[in-house]
Amino acid sequence: MATVRSTASRVLANRAFLLACLLATSIAMAVLAVLLVSIIWQGWDGLSWKFISGLASRKAKDAGIMVPLLGSIWVCAICALIALPLGVGTAIYLEEFAKRSRFTRIVQTNILNLAGVPSIVYGILGLTAFARMFGAFGTNMDDATTFGNEESLFFLRFPFGSSVIAGGLTLMLVVLPVVIIATQESLRAIPRGLRDGSYALGATRWQTVWGITLPAAIPGIMTGAILAMSRAIGESAPLLVLGGALLVYNAPENLMSDFAVLPLQIYNWAGRPQEEFHRIAASAIIIQLGVLLLFNGVAVFIRQKLQKPLQ
Amino acid sequence: MSTVQTSNDMSIEPKPIIPTAAAGHATHGHHVTQQVGQPGAPAAVSTETAITVRGFSSWYGSFQALKSLDLDIPTRQVTAFIGPSGCGKSTFLRWINRMNDTIPSARAEGTLDLHGEDLLSRSLDVVDLRRRVGMVFQKPNPFPKSIYDNVAFGPRLHKHYTRAELDQLVEQSLRSASIWNEVKDRLHASALGLSGGQQQRLCIARAIAVGPEMLLMDEPCSALDPKSTLAIEELIETLADRYTIVIVTHNMQQAARVSDQTAFFFEGRLIEAGTTESIWNKPKNKQTEDYITGRFG
Repeated sequence: MATVRSTASRVLANRAFLLACLLATSIAMAVLAVLLVSIIWQGWDGLSWKFISGLASRKAKDAGIMVPLLGSIWVCAICALIALPLGVGTAIYLEEFAKRSRFTRIVQTNILNLAGVPSIVYGILGLTAFARMFGAFGTNMDDATTFGNEESLFFLRFPFGSSVIAGGLTLMLVVLPVVIIATQESLRAIPRGLRDGSYALGATRWQTVWGITLPAAIPGIMTGAILAMSRAIGESAPLLVLGGALLVYNAPENLMSDFAVLPLQIYNWAGRPQEEFHRIAASAIIIQLGVLLLFNGVAVFIRQKLQKPLQ
Repeated sequence: MSTVQTSNDMSIEPKPIIPTAAAGHATHGHHVTQQVGQPGAPAAVSTETAITVRGFSSWYGSFQALKSLDLDIPTRQVTAFIGPSGCGKSTFLRWINRMNDTIPSARAEGTLDLHGEDLLSRSLDVVDLRRRVGMVFQKPNPFPKSIYDNVAFGPRLHKHYTRAELDQLVEQSLRSASIWNEVKDRLHASALGLSGGQQQRLCIARAIAVGPEMLLMDEPCSALDPKSTLAIEELIETLADRYTIVIVTHNMQQAARVSDQTAFFFEGRLIEAGTTESIWNKPKNKQTEDYITGRFG
């Protein structure tokens, strides 16, 4: 015989659960708030146009972040331009075209594993594959094979060395699994009925992907892209391994230029003993957060634009 | 004999179960004189067979979903497939436009011809088949696009149209699906804002737009309220003048209302088929009688 569950005890359990959820949320919010407040407290005064546009300096009060800021933008732009088409293409192949086979299962498992690999490992891979190119062009950068004028935008050099392109490609390796997985998830979330509707009209696979599935998956893909780029702009370990310089005096001129990035600059300043450098590190963190928000804003804007026919 | 080649042994005696329209059953009295840009023969009382099925069986993996069907589906009439859930009627419908190709484990044997063309042939162009044989699904599945783009999507897959041609085609298709008056002022609004019944008629307009000769409807009203159901049923009746229609339905009364021919499926077999009138008035088979009188199913 089933016993009656009292209403009072169920209401109580409901309240307790609500309270637990609220507690969990507020802990997360509190940590974030403490972080933001302490950073802004330390760094807000240091923010000025002079700080943003200034070049590197040995003195904290003269130091600026123009070079690492531009370096971060170059590296992330290269990373996005390569990782997004490659990642989205891979996901489309795996979800829409590939037959379920042992091979695709192995690929799938590996992509999931790659997403969990520490980024420093990618740094080692980037160093070998992009910066040194497995020694195929010699081991000394002075002997590198070059094309074009060193001052020109189209200057090429093999191997890449610790350059903007090597950094961008290395970050591409880091975020590629994230992009692939996010795109696959959003493709999988498209109701089967939409694909069936398209096939039933005589659409080929490609027409279905291009005309129906991909547009419907764009919001999810953009969300994945935001996550990926947020990760890319905050990465420091793989670029450190790659030999991203901590003190660079010029903004990148072409793909082969040396580069500094914001996280490395912050790491550098925060590690110094002088109190002034800690403060400008905090200022740099504020700038970094600003850039991140800007990136996300652009992605959200694109997402809204592409979603318009839905409303 | 046509040039079709199937795995079916030709020695199987073809036994048409549906007597072709000679049975004196009234088809729709009013014949359209106007063709809305659709290919196909002029409207006339149909005596021609569109789909010929002989010894047709199909499987999902090792599960046999259909067992040796024999059936003729006449052109420009409404044929209803009835039967309890899981009896194979939807499976069979999805073989006619080869939607089962998307299911890796699905396979079929026997004869399935459309005007003598083997629909099971490996060399069949399924893209062209699906242009000729449209499909309407159980759940309305408009694309997340504007009403206009939903209808224009199909035609654009197959041909390049000028803007004016496309405008005309979209209007004709929406008119044919009796939804033009409801949407003409908001063609560029999202199709997802329409009601369920409107969405389903939009899906019918979308299917018509590519100029098929045949429409397959898989329980098109099961997700709709009675009023929308009525609208769709009336639409089916008018469309039957121009298209060969096969409708799968769970609703006995619906089959009786809209169809000229009825085929009763049970556990993967075709139990009985004939004019709707004869199935309803004097079913030959005990199972059929039990099902349509509501004793099971």
